Amino acid sequence: MKSFIAFFKKEMLEGIRSSKLLILGLLFLLFGIMNPAIAKLTPWMFELLSESLEGSGLTVTEVTVDALTSWTQFFKNIPIALIVFVVMYSSTFTREYESGTLVLMLTKGLSRYKVVLAKAANMILLWSAAYWFCFGVTWAYNEYFWDNSIAVGLVSATVNWWLFGLFVISVMVLFSTLFKSNIVVLLATGGSVLVCYVVSLLPKVTSFIPTALMNSAALLVGAESADIYVKTIIITLTVCIACIALSIPIMNKRKL
Amino acid sequence: MDVLNIKGLKKSFADKEVLKGLDFNVPEQSVFGFVGRNGAGKTTTMKSVLGLLKPDDGEITVCGEKVTYGQTSTNRFVGYLPDVPEFYPFMTAKEYLRLCGESLNMRSKDIEGRSNELLKLVGLGGEKHRIKGYSRGMKQRLGIAQALLASPKLLICDEPTSALDPIGRKDILDILLSVKDQTTVLFSTHILSDVERICTEVAVLNDGALAMQGTVAKLKSEHCSDGFIVEVQNGSDAEKLFEEFSFAAGREGNALRFVGTDDLMFEVMSFMASNKIAAVKIEKQEPSLEALFMEVVSK
Repeated sequence: MKSFIAFFKKEMLEGIRSSKLLILGLLFLLFGIMNPAIAKLTPWMFELLSESLEGSGLTVTEVTVDALTSWTQFFKNIPIALIVFVVMYSSTFTREYESGTLVLMLTKGLSRYKVVLAKAANMILLWSAAYWFCFGVTWAYNEYFWDNSIAVGLVSATVNWWLFGLFVISVMVLFSTLFKSNIVVLLATGGSVLVCYVVSLLPKVTSFIPTALMNSAALLVGAESADIYVKTIIITLTVCIACIALSIPIMNKRKL
Repeated sequence: MDVLNIKGLKKSFADKEVLKGLDFNVPEQSVFGFVGRNGAGKTTTMKSVLGLLKPDDGEITVCGEKVTYGQTSTNRFVGYLPDVPEFYPFMTAKEYLRLCGESLNMRSKDIEGRSNELLKLVGLGGEKHRIKGYSRGMKQRLGIAQALLASPKLLICDEPTSALDPIGRKDILDILLSVKDQTTVLFSTHILSDVERICTEVAVLNDGALAMQGTVAKLKSEHCSDGFIVEVQNGSDAEKLFEEFSFAAGREGNALRFVGTDDLMFEVMSFMASNKIAAVKIEKQEPSLEALFMEVVSK
């Protein structure tokens, strides 16, 4: 356990000293502020545009915005934040292979599975902290300007999306133990998500595929009940654990 | 007792057979030089000992325990310094040693004490900067410190001096010499003067197998024929001497190179005395490790 904690602390220290944590914090703060800001600015933008729209025969009636507008923005922006997160952390294993820094740690008796678990835990922790921080910022602004209670399925929708992030990270861990280059890790992770998404377009299998967790719109307004996602959540969690469990024997066989 | 024992080690990469059944053993309390040309298989052997490579065949034991690939428990006996050690650049030397110590499950107090002691030994005692700005020599020193942290029974160094300038090399060799009472040192190199300076025992690797092993003195006495050089004042003396001993000598100007035992030297000296030939120089030739190495490798 001591060696696991030591390696985990090293990952954290790296995040702090390389300014990755700072960048991550600022980025998710920015996204958190942007959601209510865009909602707030929407009526003003329509007003600006109304004259030119009238000219083309469209009349603009009064635009009403509320917390739902802001939450819709949240779910539009969070994929971009996840992509940035994945790009930033796709090299967390590959950089160690390339530079050979792991060799010295492993010859110190640090077990390879602890390297995998410490890195996975670090990414899961950071994703969770950043995600819920972003959520908190948006929630606070929404509560101030409007009323969050209008988004009835908010908890379920945001938990689902957070889980989807965990799924992507687990897949990335698996590919990081398989491949040497971080470009390949990125492509494989992105490719897998894309394949999942395309497959999930078939209505019959949608609820079996983790990408279904991204469908938040209906949940948010209460048109869908959270219960129907239980199956997807169980499958997603199983896939996450399977990915990380599978990456351990792969890491054990890796030539360093 | 042997700290390290290698039997019938074989390893191929793709279609290239790097190790072809290597056998050798490293006795306790020795400074063991592992010599071979670039590409002879030195690094492959060392990585196999550390469980970083899976051998195709053969057995390796460290302190009597078998080495396994992947999860290598024998590494608790071993300290390792790779040819180009890479550290986490965002850490300081002390932080890095703490990470190493915690990975080794050492007690916090021991890590603190041992780190200070080792950083002083390798000359990084006052260093507060991050590893990012370290020179190669400084990294090599830190590499030795991290390898010695857990007081290993065997210290493995892969070409520790080959990338350093002469002063850096001398420093590293001095450090290795100074730790030989605490641990057995196995280091690979192709710099033969380094071996002559600090090694008590040598193994020469050639073409994937052991070409010879023994103490430096033993190898020299077994493998190289003795000889001596006699230099005289003028050409006619040299001519006279050469005519008498042409069976055993080669001539280069006024200098004659003899191949033979001490008895031959006495014979030459008495001939010179009776013929009143004055010597500028009579020198016994030490067999050099380099000549020995060439002899073995070119076989």
